[in-house]
Amino acid sequence: MSTAGAAGCFHCGEPVPGGSRFGAVIDGAPRPMCCAGCAAVAQTISDYGLSAYYASRSELPQRELATSAPPRDLAVYDIDEVQKPFVRTGKGGVKQATLLLEGITCGACAWLIERRLGRLDGVRSADVNLAARRVQVEWDDGRTRLSSILQAIAALGYRTQGFDAAESESAAMRERRAMLWRLFVAGLSMMQVMMYAVPVYLAEGDMTRDVEQLMRWASLTLTVPVILWSAGPFFMNAWRGFCAHRVGMDAPVALGIAIAFAASAWATVSGRGEVYFDSITMFVFLLLGARYLEAMARAKAAESQQRLVRHTPAVADRLVPGADPAVTERIAAVRLAPGDLVQVAPGGIIPADGTVTAGSSAADESLLTGEARPAVKRAGDAVIGGSVNLASPLTVQVKRVGPETVLAGIVRLMDRAQASKPRIAQVADRVAQWFVAVLVAVALGTALAWYWIDPSRALWVTVAVLVVSCPCALSLATPAVLAAATGTLHRLGILITRGHALETLGRTTHVVFDKTGTLTEGRPALIGVIPLHGQSRDECLALAAALERGSEHPVARALLSAAADLAPLAASEISNQPGQGIEALVNCRRVRIGSPAFASGIARRPLPEELKFTADEVTVVALADEQGYIALFTLGDVLRAGARWLVRELEARGKIVCLLSGDRRSTVAHLARELGIGTAVGEAGPEAKLAFVRGLQARGAVVAMVGDGINDAPVLAQAQVSIAMGGGTDVAHASADMVLLADDLGRLSAAFDVARDAMRIIRQNLAWAAAYNAVAIPLAVAGWITPLIAGVGMAASSLAVVMNALRLQAAGTRHGSRSAPRETGRQLLTVR
Amino acid sequence: MEILYLLVPLSVVLILAIGAVFWWALNSGQFEDLEGPAHRILMDDDDGRD
Repeated sequence: MSTAGAAGCFHCGEPVPGGSRFGAVIDGAPRPMCCAGCAAVAQTISDYGLSAYYASRSELPQRELATSAPPRDLAVYDIDEVQKPFVRTGKGGVKQATLLLEGITCGACAWLIERRLGRLDGVRSADVNLAARRVQVEWDDGRTRLSSILQAIAALGYRTQGFDAAESESAAMRERRAMLWRLFVAGLSMMQVMMYAVPVYLAEGDMTRDVEQLMRWASLTLTVPVILWSAGPFFMNAWRGFCAHRVGMDAPVALGIAIAFAASAWATVSGRGEVYFDSITMFVFLLLGARYLEAMARAKAAESQQRLVRHTPAVADRLVPGADPAVTERIAAVRLAPGDLVQVAPGGIIPADGTVTAGSSAADESLLTGEARPAVKRAGDAVIGGSVNLASPLTVQVKRVGPETVLAGIVRLMDRAQASKPRIAQVADRVAQWFVAVLVAVALGTALAWYWIDPSRALWVTVAVLVVSCPCALSLATPAVLAAATGTLHRLGILITRGHALETLGRTTHVVFDKTGTLTEGRPALIGVIPLHGQSRDECLALAAALERGSEHPVARALLSAAADLAPLAASEISNQPGQGIEALVNCRRVRIGSPAFASGIARRPLPEELKFTADEVTVVALADEQGYIALFTLGDVLRAGARWLVRELEARGKIVCLLSGDRRSTVAHLARELGIGTAVGEAGPEAKLAFVRGLQARGAVVAMVGDGINDAPVLAQAQVSIAMGGGTDVAHASADMVLLADDLGRLSAAFDVARDAMRIIRQNLAWAAAYNAVAIPLAVAGWITPLIAGVGMAASSLAVVMNALRLQAAGTRHGSRSAPRETGRQLLTVR
Repeated sequence: MEILYLLVPLSVVLILAIGAVFWWALNSGQFEDLEGPAHRILMDDDDGRD
């Protein structure tokens, strides 16, 4: 079965170059090797007596892994802070981790790694999972270190890609597994108990007493695990509520199951009365099914946050200060300090917030901003810790670390949102308490009344009352809807930071934009180029960029960014006249760029009258040389992506859009007209803004205020719900109820949709619950419902509300795909 | 119908056995790696030292 070719390298099978001096003695025979890497790996395998690997492998190893340099600085993995996310520590310094392996090609590899690690002193066990390409190692930390284990794996020519953090988050996984088990046990028992129950029903009394008794005992045996194991959570919750002097949603369920089981068991033992084992098992099974679905929905909603937390890398490659040529050292990411330079490889996670100092690449920031398209990163651009470097290596100067980073800020805001329950959820909780308390009272009354009327039926009618009622819409479905909505919005790049935001957003009647800057970029951008001397637009731009290069003026930056894709021209003898313009020598031509008056100094004639712009919103820059004017550039503030779309969509939803701004009236009016905003107030100071919002509220309006989240705190606080936008780097300081992480304004309209849908689904569920209970409970009290029908009805109702809540997840995907259409180029504020 | 006295208890035992076996299989990782054991049987388990 040996796969090494006669002429090839014994280890990797590649051709051995003529005159190769590499080789190793395997099983007493010298074998040729293609390179030092293969020779080293083969020697290691042979030294540890593992050469049986060569006899039994069915695939050749990956050569590049054997030949690439072994990873340096493995010692960093011995630091506790680095280990924390993926290493479980047991008693007596025993540690356990699951490592992802690279380079495993066949079963022999698994064997090799297990054997090699097994020989390492202190390793208790090593189990390779070939299908998942993982190895689970358990070691005694007093006798060996994680770095030695990684080193041993590397010496065999394999790579550990990383660590399976999902594996170590086993608390959630164990819980889910236990839940599935409960469901499985209940299901299995239910089916078998039905097998015993159906013949009894069908026989209609023809069955001999002994056989019927036999069936009952069999059913009892199989119901015991359901009561003890599957229904455990119901009893636990009910007991916990009882201890806290509250009646929880599970109290009637637990009571119903307990009474039904006790009575059925007694009937079996005594041989008198009815048994309802089939109803009990089916009820538990269906109820657990609904709970399982709900738990899954919640887990999915929380997933995006967990991914965020998990996204902080444990290690970083720091450039050693002062080293030449550049050398990196691998250190724990928590040890990074502002000012450090780190190297981020393609595919690597940027370890902290910072600025790119070298390299150009694209970063995937989707987890942080919801923006699916990669963001281009060049020198000088800011990068966010936790985003993924996609294309090529980047050198990043660290600006913020630890709790100061955007990622930490987002996580903190999400925690805050989870800590505060929305009012609707609080009300639902309170109502559920009352509901359950009243229900228990009703059940008690029913028991007494039926004891009076017909004692033989009293017990089962009471059980039916307890079981048939369904407070799920209150206690189960409402939180599920809210969790799903929050998760959906986070995927769209909108962060809910306070519990009430969703609810209020759903009721919003007025959307007020706090300032012009929320709708526009707030800095000039190139609107148009008017060539005056027969040159092309690009030629004019390239010339302008050559003059402006190096200038920090906003106009210069706008021109430079517009000319970023053009071949640069060289300029010399640059002289800057502050407030007027720049003069320089380009291609032996003396050229000026700046205000028309400044340019006229070299063109030796004034700008023609018909080219003079008078609009306030537009800045005109002229480019001229000694022959005359070359071009005019018009610059102005541009609309943010999605602004126009957002206003249209909001109005289509019946919201009234207002614009409040401290800017000049004409500017505000112009912007409002441009966007189709009906109400616009310019030159409004903080007091005027506050008065405006109060005035709206006095007329019953629910106001959503969109601002930058940092300034104008009073007016943001006055609005019922505040939305901070372009959270970006300032997210940690945002005090608003919601933060728009993405740059695209259009996503806000999705937030309104999701909020409206969430509230509608909650209302539907509450209405359904009210109707169902209003019909079912009286019927049960009247004795028209058997425990079996009661159980099925309750479980079906529970399932119905949970399924309805899950609709929101599908809706979320729809809203996401229906976000603002990509605008081609920039939308311009046209000149009047 | 006397056979029922054997078959009904037998079915109970069978169900309990099915549950127990499945429990053991899942918890001892029988479903974790469906590929590796097929190869492992080919490897000598003499600790590799010949």
